[in-house]
Amino acid sequence: MSPTQSDSIAFVRSEMLPQKPAPVSEAGAIRWLRENLFSSPLNTLLTLIGAYVVYWLVTHSLPWLSHSVWTAGSVSECRQIITDTWGADATGACWAVIRERWSQFIFGFYPWQMVWRPVLAFVLLLVAIAPVLFSALPRKMLTFSLIYPLLAIWLLWGGSAWTELVVLAGFVLGWATYVALSKGSTLIAVIAAVLVPILWWKFAAAPTTEVLQNVISLSIPKVSSSDFGGFLLAVTLGVGGIVMSLPLGIVLALGRQSDMFLVKSLSVGFIEFIRGVPLITLLFVASLLLNYFLPPGTNFDIILRVMILVTLFAAAYIAEVIRGGLAALPRGQYEAADALGLDYWKAQRLIILPQALKISIPGIVSTFIGMFKDTTLVVFVGLFDPLKGVPDFVRADFNWKGIYWEPFIFTGAIFFIFNFSMSRYSMYLERKLQRDHH
Amino acid sequence: MAEPHFQREIDRSHMMVSDEVAIQISQMNKWYGTFHVLREIDLTVNRGERIVIAGPSGSGKSTLIRCINRLEEHQSGQIIVDGTELTSDLKNIDKVRSEVGMVFQHFNLFPHLTILENLTLAPIWVRKTPKKEADETAMYFLEKVKIPEQAQKYPGQLSGGQQQRVAIARSLCMKPRIMLFDEPTSALDPEMIKEVLDTMIELAEEGMTMLCVTHEMGFAQAVANRVIFMDQGQIVEQNNPHDFFNNPQSDRTKMFLSQILGH
Repeated sequence: MSPTQSDSIAFVRSEMLPQKPAPVSEAGAIRWLRENLFSSPLNTLLTLIGAYVVYWLVTHSLPWLSHSVWTAGSVSECRQIITDTWGADATGACWAVIRERWSQFIFGFYPWQMVWRPVLAFVLLLVAIAPVLFSALPRKMLTFSLIYPLLAIWLLWGGSAWTELVVLAGFVLGWATYVALSKGSTLIAVIAAVLVPILWWKFAAAPTTEVLQNVISLSIPKVSSSDFGGFLLAVTLGVGGIVMSLPLGIVLALGRQSDMFLVKSLSVGFIEFIRGVPLITLLFVASLLLNYFLPPGTNFDIILRVMILVTLFAAAYIAEVIRGGLAALPRGQYEAADALGLDYWKAQRLIILPQALKISIPGIVSTFIGMFKDTTLVVFVGLFDPLKGVPDFVRADFNWKGIYWEPFIFTGAIFFIFNFSMSRYSMYLERKLQRDHH
Repeated sequence: MAEPHFQREIDRSHMMVSDEVAIQISQMNKWYGTFHVLREIDLTVNRGERIVIAGPSGSGKSTLIRCINRLEEHQSGQIIVDGTELTSDLKNIDKVRSEVGMVFQHFNLFPHLTILENLTLAPIWVRKTPKKEADETAMYFLEKVKIPEQAQKYPGQLSGGQQQRVAIARSLCMKPRIMLFDEPTSALDPEMIKEVLDTMIELAEEGMTMLCVTHEMGFAQAVANRVIFMDQGQIVEQNNPHDFFNNPQSDRTKMFLSQILGH
């Protein structure tokens, strides 16, 4: 400021200041280290403790990992090789068990000559979820995603393809009924669109399947649910549970927000009951009690039963996560939708849910990840999960008695790949849906 | 007396009040729980009228216009909008809502949709307008509010004044016969108030029936044909703007005007 200006408070800027580059000290590795690792005595202490923990972990696991044995017929053979190669005190990992038994970890007891079926189902699963996950892919691919569940059921369990095709016909019938009646009352159209397929499945499906099967046989060998195991079981339950629990969770969340007393109390009751009971209890219900309630002679598949209860369990949690998202939306969004004349369902579908679900993504994905890991609890109802069921079976073989770490690490690594992918995808989705940047 | 700060001449050639009744409210009462928020409201709005509703906060003026498109439910009395009585019948409510546009204090644009999608959503899903036609209408109104270049942006990328103009355009895309404004400039920076008021004036010049809850007394003087003053859930005084501002009758009105204009 010039001396003449300083004696008066009046000031007029004659030119606006241009932007200048930031000082060099704003960047650089040393600055990063100083700020993030050594900014204060406490931070320095924590850094040193952290460094020691990392050092300890590496020095204790590295020898074990580096002394890996990949080819051996039994645990004792592994130990022999380790002792011969690295000395008497050496410890080492015996991956030979994975090399010999990996197929059981992945497929359980699925007949080996038919293993191409779950493999194909898994590859097609990736094709089916791709358009759901990535909006850049052509929307026509979603048609395949819709058919995929029935295709996967046929591939995994086998039997006559007519069963699945007749089920599919039920959905087509329902859709056709709705289209035919939707010109008139929507309510009647919806009720008819639900009733017609149910009647079709209940009365017409079985005879139709039989007739069609006699005309052209579309059968592949059946595989029993008891042959499922390992990751085939975990992924089947996990994907089935995820696919079914999200829509159910949305319905429950909307039900809990509803103005209608009955809808609201039923939703609240369901959510609180399911959340209040441990998953294992529900799995026992699936395996033991459910048969008492069903008509005698009904053979309700164990995987289907477990999948339904896992779905209900996850849906209750997802409903609460979504309720959080719904509550986070400003009232004005509902009012603007109302003021424009959108009815309840259109407002929910176009305005409310897209935003509420976006807010809920981290919570929903956390629930999915938790549910996928919880599928290992099916070991308690006699199914061979990849974490305990299959390893216990492997250890029952005298050759592999006493091998713990390697199966755990192998199974853990595969779970990590699945769950880390889900986590990364959710972060990608959040970034993609972010709208408030400039 | 503050002078209205509108420089340009207002074109009054299309501002005509017809004899046709647009909104008829009679003996209307509303309670929030036990609190009697609107008391015995009688109000007739003719087509083409531009009404400004003023009053202290909590006087029920927002609630009143929110009753007109049933964002709030009244408990007794009658509200007839364009010949349709508002009852709990959803069909009537939807009919009224598609005839009545509303602009909110906080804009309430849909942040997950682009500006163009915000404008075309209701025409496509409520009016079943083909997308191409809806897009054309939307661009027409965006040009009218002077921000066609923002069509592909998201609401979060626009200034408050631009957002409010988009909100006005969004309502206009439904071709409403009545527009309700609920404190449209109260959340805006002073620099942006004028651009929104200019848009509203243009709308008035075209003969739109308007009800505005606002504290912009300059706008009331320049555009309104009637000013309504509310207090404690009641209509205390209503008059043409000239007499309302220069010759208020009730003491409550005088006090309010001296507070709002007296500095």
